[in-house]
Amino acid sequence: MPKILGLEGTAWNLSAAVVDEKDVIAETTATYMPTTGGIHPREAAQHHASHIAKVVKETLKICGKDIDAVAFSQGPGLGPCLRTVATAARALALSMEVPLIGVNHCIAHIEVGRWKTKACDPVTLYVSGANSQVLAYRAGRYRVFGETLDIGIGNALDKFARFAGLPHPGGPKVEELAKKATRYTPLPYTVKGMDFSFSGLTTAAQEALKSSTLQDVCHSFQETAFAMLVEVTERAVAHTGKNEVLLAGGVGANVRLREMLALMCEDRGIEFYAPEKRFMGDNGAMIAYLGLLMYKSGYRTAIEDSKANPNFRPDDAEVMWR
Amino acid sequence: MAIIASGAEAVIALEGNTIIKTRIQKRYRLKEIDESLRRERTRIEAKLISEARRCGVPTPIIRNVTDFEIKMEYIEGTALKNIITPQLAEKTGELVGRLHTCGIVHGDLTTSNIMFKDGKLYLIDFGLAYLDKTLEARGVDVHVLFQTFESTHENHEELTESFKKGYARTFQGAEEVMERVREIEARGRYA
Ligand SMILES: Nc1ncnc2c1ncn2[C@@H]1O[C@H](COP(=O)(O)OP(=O)(O)O)[C@@H](O)[C@H]1O
Ligand SMILES: [Mg+2]
Repeated sequence: MPKILGLEGTAWNLSAAVVDEKDVIAETTATYMPTTGGIHPREAAQHHASHIAKVVKETLKICGKDIDAVAFSQGPGLGPCLRTVATAARALALSMEVPLIGVNHCIAHIEVGRWKTKACDPVTLYVSGANSQVLAYRAGRYRVFGETLDIGIGNALDKFARFAGLPHPGGPKVEELAKKATRYTPLPYTVKGMDFSFSGLTTAAQEALKSSTLQDVCHSFQETAFAMLVEVTERAVAHTGKNEVLLAGGVGANVRLREMLALMCEDRGIEFYAPEKRFMGDNGAMIAYLGLLMYKSGYRTAIEDSKANPNFRPDDAEVMWR
Repeated sequence: MAIIASGAEAVIALEGNTIIKTRIQKRYRLKEIDESLRRERTRIEAKLISEARRCGVPTPIIRNVTDFEIKMEYIEGTALKNIITPQLAEKTGELVGRLHTCGIVHGDLTTSNIMFKDGKLYLIDFGLAYLDKTLEARGVDVHVLFQTFESTHENHEELTESFKKGYARTFQGAEEVMERVREIEARGRYA
């Protein structure tokens, strides 16, 4: 049974894991915490560079060195972080004399979700810091049905939280505070077809802090932004005729978002799936698992094609394993 | 009365040759958000469907409007997504061009929201439509449609090219809008 080592480091999380078809055998993670403000791409890359040897060694200590390929997140993500991880992956593959497999980070989120839940052919809502997309499979590719026209939901939450003086990471703090709210303050709701936008909402929420409590604005921010996300997911479901929804990405840990998606699915009579939290945010296991699927379908990445690709679109990757 | 479709936000029932489109309550949304959205979208849809027809864009005739419900003419045909060809994409371009000339932005141009009947295309589902003459609004409108071509249809490049031909025929300044579409595509991607 093939075993694959996967390396993830597209943003602030550095993670290495080994999986086989049955399960995750080992996983080690090191998380970059920004000293001030948001994520600094070069600082994050330095963090990854100084931790990757240890993270890989720890992982291999648990499962031994007999692995069949090295998979890594080729993109999308922050250029400096991606390059650090790609360099490490190349070196590892060469020294262990195994093939290299560059994987698409978004697709890895979807595939680990399909692996760890009963979802088969879902519409996926993928929500993380920089990415917010609605995807579904059609004719050999994961297609983007809708996406943000400006910033991702995670970055929108973080930006607002920073403005409000909340410590990083902002998302969980906003979720906590929202629970203590007493009233809703109207904020801009921007949906265009299956696309959406968060920058107007973020600015308006900052403005609203002048006249409403922080708790109320956190609540209003979440309710507005998540309603937009659930609405576009429902639009994609109606348009594609699929009958499953899968939630993926770090913001998927938000309990209120899950609750809203579950309600929408219940009312439409379709299934809702969300993997456990460790497979929701960025993790090495998802990279290793997608690497495994690609390895089994014969895919290999030549060294000269292994360059980091910060704008790697999910629909640029051919899906040969389904 | 039979329910013939469950759209993204509405239930569609058929009574004789009249469609009853009801924007149903969404439990996942706060009541404050939900009610004002449904009311506003219903009002806008009825208004702009009629306005679009006055500008020469085929749309269903509106028969009655209440808070969350529109009664309109039944277009007994099929959605464009089932039968799209480059010729029909070109025709779509002409319709959208006429709509934009008239100052209306559709806001939800997908191949589910364009109907085909007796050799003719009809635009429906104006719930996200608005009056706007800016490049940005028109650009996003076209971008949304191109994204549907790409996600839903095989030969999207051909469809896109055909659309542009039709659009340029009925809308002056089409080139500028296409320039903006390219710019919009480049945004929203990883920095
Ligand atoms: N006037 C009409 N004539 C024929 N079919 C219609 C009409 N209006 C809606 N439909 C059908 O119902 C579906 C959903 O209606 P739509 O207005 O697009 O609502 P939603 O906003 O929920 O998508 C359409 O895709 C179309 O198949
Ligand atoms: Mg519709």
